[in-house]
This record gives sequence, structure tokens and C-alpha cells, in this order.
Amino acid sequence: MTTTAHDIQAEAHDHGHSHAEHHGPRGILNWLTTTDHKIIGLSYTITSVIMLVIGGALAEVIRGQLANPDGHLVTMAQYNQLFTMHGSIMIYLFAGPFAFGALANIIVPIQIGAPDMAFPRLNALSYWLYLTGAITMLLGFFVTGGAANFGWVGYAPLSDAIYSPGAGADLWIGGLMLTGFSAIFTGVNICATVFYLRAPGMTLFRMPIFTWNLLVVSILILLAFPVLTAGLIMLYSDRHLGTHIYTVVGGGSPVLWQHIFWFWGHPEVYILALPFFGMVTEIIPVFSKKPVFGYKGMVFATLTIAALSLGVWAHHMFTTGVVLLPFFSIMSLLIAVPTGIKIFNWIGSMWRGQIWFSAAMLFSIGFVVTFLIGGLTGIYLASPPLDFFTHDTYFIVAHFHSVVMALVLGGMAGLYYWGPKITGYMLNERIGKVQFWLLFIGTQVFTIPQYILGLQGMPRRMAIYPNDPQWQDLNTWSSVGAIMIGISTLLFVINIVVSWKKHPAGDNPWDGHTLEWFTTSPPPHHNFFRLPQIRSERPTWDHNHPDAKALAHGKDAH
Amino acid sequence: MRVEAKILLWLGLFFGIMCAVYWTWSMENAGGVMMFFGTGLCLLPGSYYYWWSRRMGPRAEDDPNATQESGAGYVDAFPGSSIFPFTLGMGAFCIVLAMVFGSWMLIPGLALVIWAALGGIAEGRRGGTR
Repeated sequence: MTTTAHDIQAEAHDHGHSHAEHHGPRGILNWLTTTDHKIIGLSYTITSVIMLVIGGALAEVIRGQLANPDGHLVTMAQYNQLFTMHGSIMIYLFAGPFAFGALANIIVPIQIGAPDMAFPRLNALSYWLYLTGAITMLLGFFVTGGAANFGWVGYAPLSDAIYSPGAGADLWIGGLMLTGFSAIFTGVNICATVFYLRAPGMTLFRMPIFTWNLLVVSILILLAFPVLTAGLIMLYSDRHLGTHIYTVVGGGSPVLWQHIFWFWGHPEVYILALPFFGMVTEIIPVFSKKPVFGYKGMVFATLTIAALSLGVWAHHMFTTGVVLLPFFSIMSLLIAVPTGIKIFNWIGSMWRGQIWFSAAMLFSIGFVVTFLIGGLTGIYLASPPLDFFTHDTYFIVAHFHSVVMALVLGGMAGLYYWGPKITGYMLNERIGKVQFWLLFIGTQVFTIPQYILGLQGMPRRMAIYPNDPQWQDLNTWSSVGAIMIGISTLLFVINIVVSWKKHPAGDNPWDGHTLEWFTTSPPPHHNFFRLPQIRSERPTWDHNHPDAKALAHGKDAH
Repeated sequence: MRVEAKILLWLGLFFGIMCAVYWTWSMENAGGVMMFFGTGLCLLPGSYYYWWSRRMGPRAEDDPNATQESGAGYVDAFPGSSIFPFTLGMGAFCIVLAMVFGSWMLIPGLALVIWAALGGIAEGRRGGTR
């Protein structure tokens, strides 16, 4: 079924640069000095998965505390640190870097036939800023007063020097600045790579959807992240330099922080989500043995999401009473249209295909279902009257956990799909399938009770609820779901150990469509020995199936 | 190059319209200013790319019928390895820690940053390691 690239005659491709075996430093010095996008991407992947495990461990403690209406697992002060650092680690240190730093770093240059990122040294700097930012934020647990404890959104005036003294908050700000710059540099790098390093014939509208989404994400990063960094500098200045930008007492405005934070924060939601959209858009057609359904529709949906995402930030601020409700409500509802197009196209890609239910495909389908739940509840929240009722309740918590758990499912799909390409060895499919069912069912057991709790009025960020013991059953179910999610993550680690260097993957284990399946597993230094002619958005498939009937976009074979 | 330019210009146009509608309707300045500069951040590189796309012909990667041979030749020098991203990153780390643990951390921080800047520039002139 699969043909490797090298037993078929392929076009000579010369980047004018020696493809000879790379002789650089070895061992730890190689890791410190590397500028190879694949090694940097792998460092990103490992670091961000470690962050997922740390953030997940904090979540298990939170769920353990909430399983009892009068829990004594942690103190109230510790609980505040726990939910703050859980959110911060998951959003800033896991989801973002994993989305645009990890798999993107490895796959994007290969998918467009480039030898490396456009700025390899800047790429390495991005990783070091991310790693040091993560260490900075986690150092908060070891200083007097503990880690930051004002929620992952750091609302002023709670985050000022009077209400949140101590080094933990400053370490949170500093860590975010470092990871913010890391993200900006990655954005610049991906934009330049996609604009300037594509292989001949790889026009913009032949790029794989994953690379398209990463290009759009990079533009969004460049629009959004500088705003956050500026906001953080002003927050630090308020805390230590005596300015009054966010404090009413000196003539400042606390709501300004919310504007700045969410002007970054809502595009950030799409910065997190779009790479995972791209991953499943790569995976679903490959395992349905069909071209992607509605290629151009997918691209324009991505661009529309990006365009609208800059005008929806204040739907997080409906209850402040000082934002323009109709504008933000309309814009937020409009985002449902391109997202709906994407879900339609994913189903269209599977429609009448020969579906191969591998672990990666199962995770992708799980992503679509879970994201649909999170997306639909998001449409409710775009309506101000409903938002006034559910704001700061567990309904919100459940909504964004549906969304981000969908991203975890998508990320796992990406790891099972591209893992063989990155390491050269297959992951165990059976463990993968068990992991999928645990993660998928666990996610629903975890979130659905929270939707009901939210509608019953349970506020978020509370450590105990002794006056409402009727909430205990649903909370216990939610905690059971959290344990299932934890076990599934453990299974992934076990899978890596069990299948370590067991079954060589070969160049193209899935009969893939895009250029990364044309090169070896793992790819050589500077990625390619040769490239095929690029005549469609799936050049490797065209090369391996020269007799296949040419199909117009979106039409099936009948 | 022209398609790249058009994407940025269309995004900028959309942001511009959205900014105008929002600012005149809400009279809220923080969001208006941020959207205004967001518009600029799309229009500026977009118009630069468009200007260039009119001066240079389509590149091999813009040509749907290009062969791999048409892209043969020198692409760029890619460094094989470099220590300076690491030293620059550690310098930035020390500078951020100086915000929390005291300004003495600035000494190693700035030293590392300056070393990385000088070394990085020298390495760039040499063309990097292979």
C-alpha cells in the first residue's frame, strides 16, 4: 500500500546547500546550540507535554477538593493559587506553545518543502524564551506567599500591589512576558517561512490546511501578543513604579486591563484552536482515503475566523456594563458561521470515504464532537441575556473546558499521526484506542455535570460549598471524569515507553497526502533529498498514485 | 507574492471597516485604538508586499506549473548550530528575574545579552556554521 520516496525516481532538488550528514556538537551541547527546526520542535513538544502533566496534576487536586462540599484537601489560599496556576500553565505554557511551537515547528517547513525555518536562530531563541518563561512562572510555587492567586486573567485591581503583594505575582508577569516574546518570534518566523521558503509549484492555494492555519495563526499572534506584553509592562509599572494606569485612585481605569487582556485573549482562543483545526483537517482526509472536502472553503473559513476574532473581545466583559453589547454579540454570533463551515467540511471529508479507524482518526472524530459541544454552548454565551445569567458560573468553566479538551483530543491525534514521522517509530495503536475512549468519555463525564452545575448557579473559583450540598453528586461525577482524563494521559506516557524503538514506521505509514510523507522518518538535516513535482494540494499522494483519476475539488469518483 | 499581499490587505480592509464602525458606535477609545493599530499592522506589510510583487515577476513558488529544477540554486545559508540563541535567552531570563529578585541580576543578564549580540553579529558576518 505504501511506497517509499526513494525507490521511485524523483526530481532532483538542490537547495544549493550541502545535504551531507550534519556534523555538529553532540549530546547536551547539541541540544543547547541546535538551530534545526525539528529538534527545537521536539524540545517544544516535550516541554509542553510536561506542562500538560503539571497543569493536569493541579487540576486533579482541584477536583479532589471539590468532590466534597466542605473539602479540606487544600486551604482556601492554596486553592486560589491552584486554579490560577492550572489555568496559566494550561493556556500560556501548554496549549499555546504546543499549538504553534511544537508540531507546527516540525511540520510546517516540511509541508511546504523548506529546508528549515526562515530564521533558525530566532527559532531557537523562541524556545529558550518559552522554557525560561515557564520556569519563571513555576518558580512562584517556591517563593514566600506562593504563586500568583488572582485567576489566570489577572484582573486589576485584584492583581495590583495592595491586593496581591509578593513575588509570585511578579514571577507570573515576568514569565508571561518571556513566553509572549517567544510567541511573537515564532509568529514572525512562520510568516516568513511560509511567504519565502515554499518549494517550486507550492502556490499558496496548494499549501496543506495545517500550514494555512499556522500562517493565519502567526498573523493573529503578531496582532494580539504585543498588546498583552504592553499590558503586562503597565501592570508591573502599576505594582512597582507608582503609576496608576489600572487603579481608580490615581485616575486610572481597571476596565482598561480587561480591554487589553481580552483584546489579546480572544484572538488567543483562535491562536490555540486553529492549529488543532489544521491537524484534524490533515488527518481526516488521509484516513478517509479522499481529498479534503471544500479546500478553499476551509481556507476562507480560517481567514474569516481570524478577521472576526479581532472584534469580539468584549463578549468576555458583557457584565461590566460598559461595553457595546449589540456589536460584540453580533460579531461573536458571526464566528459560528465559518466554524460551522469547518465542521461541515470535516463531515464532508469523511462522507462516503473508506474510513480507517486508527487511533489518530478516532481522536480527530472525538475532537469534532467535543468541539461541537463547546462551540454550540459558546453560541449561547454570545447572547448577553444568557451571558448575564451564566457569567462566572460553572457553565463558563464547562464551555471552555469542552473547547480545550477538544484541543487536547486534537493534539493527541496530531501526536499519533506525526509521531512516527518525528521519531521514526510507530506508537502502539491498541493503547492509543484505549486512551482515546478513556479521554473522550472522561471529557464528557467531566464537562456535562459542570454545565448543569452552572445552570443551577454554582459560581466558579470557590473552594467549598457547604450551604449547597445538593451540588456534591454532580461535582463527584466531574471529578471521576477528571480522573479518567488523568489515566488517559498516563496511558500516553506508557505508550511512548512501550513502543519505544519497536516498530519502524517507514517513510509513509498512512499513505499520506502532503510533503512530510515524501521524506524519510525522521527527516534528514534540512529535510529533503529530493522533492516531487507539486501539482495539487497533495503532492505525495499524486506521486505515489500516478494512475489515479484526477478529481475536481469536492467531487467524488462517481 | 501577490496573493500573500492581497490576504494582508483584505484583512486590513476588514479590520479598518470594523474599527470605524466600532469606534463611531461605541465611542470607547481603548478598543478603538487597538483596532486602529491592528489595521495598520495588516496594511503596512500588505502594501509593502504588494509594492514588491509589482516589481518582481512571479517566483517559482507562485507558478502552478513550476518544475523542481526551476527552484534549483542557492536558497540561503542556514546555520548548523549556534550557542547565541541560548545565551540571549538566558540573558533575557536574568533580566526578567531582576524585576523580581533585585537589580543585581541585571549584571549577568546584560553581560549575556551583550555577549550574544556581539557573538551573533560576528557569526552572521561569517555566514554561520554549517
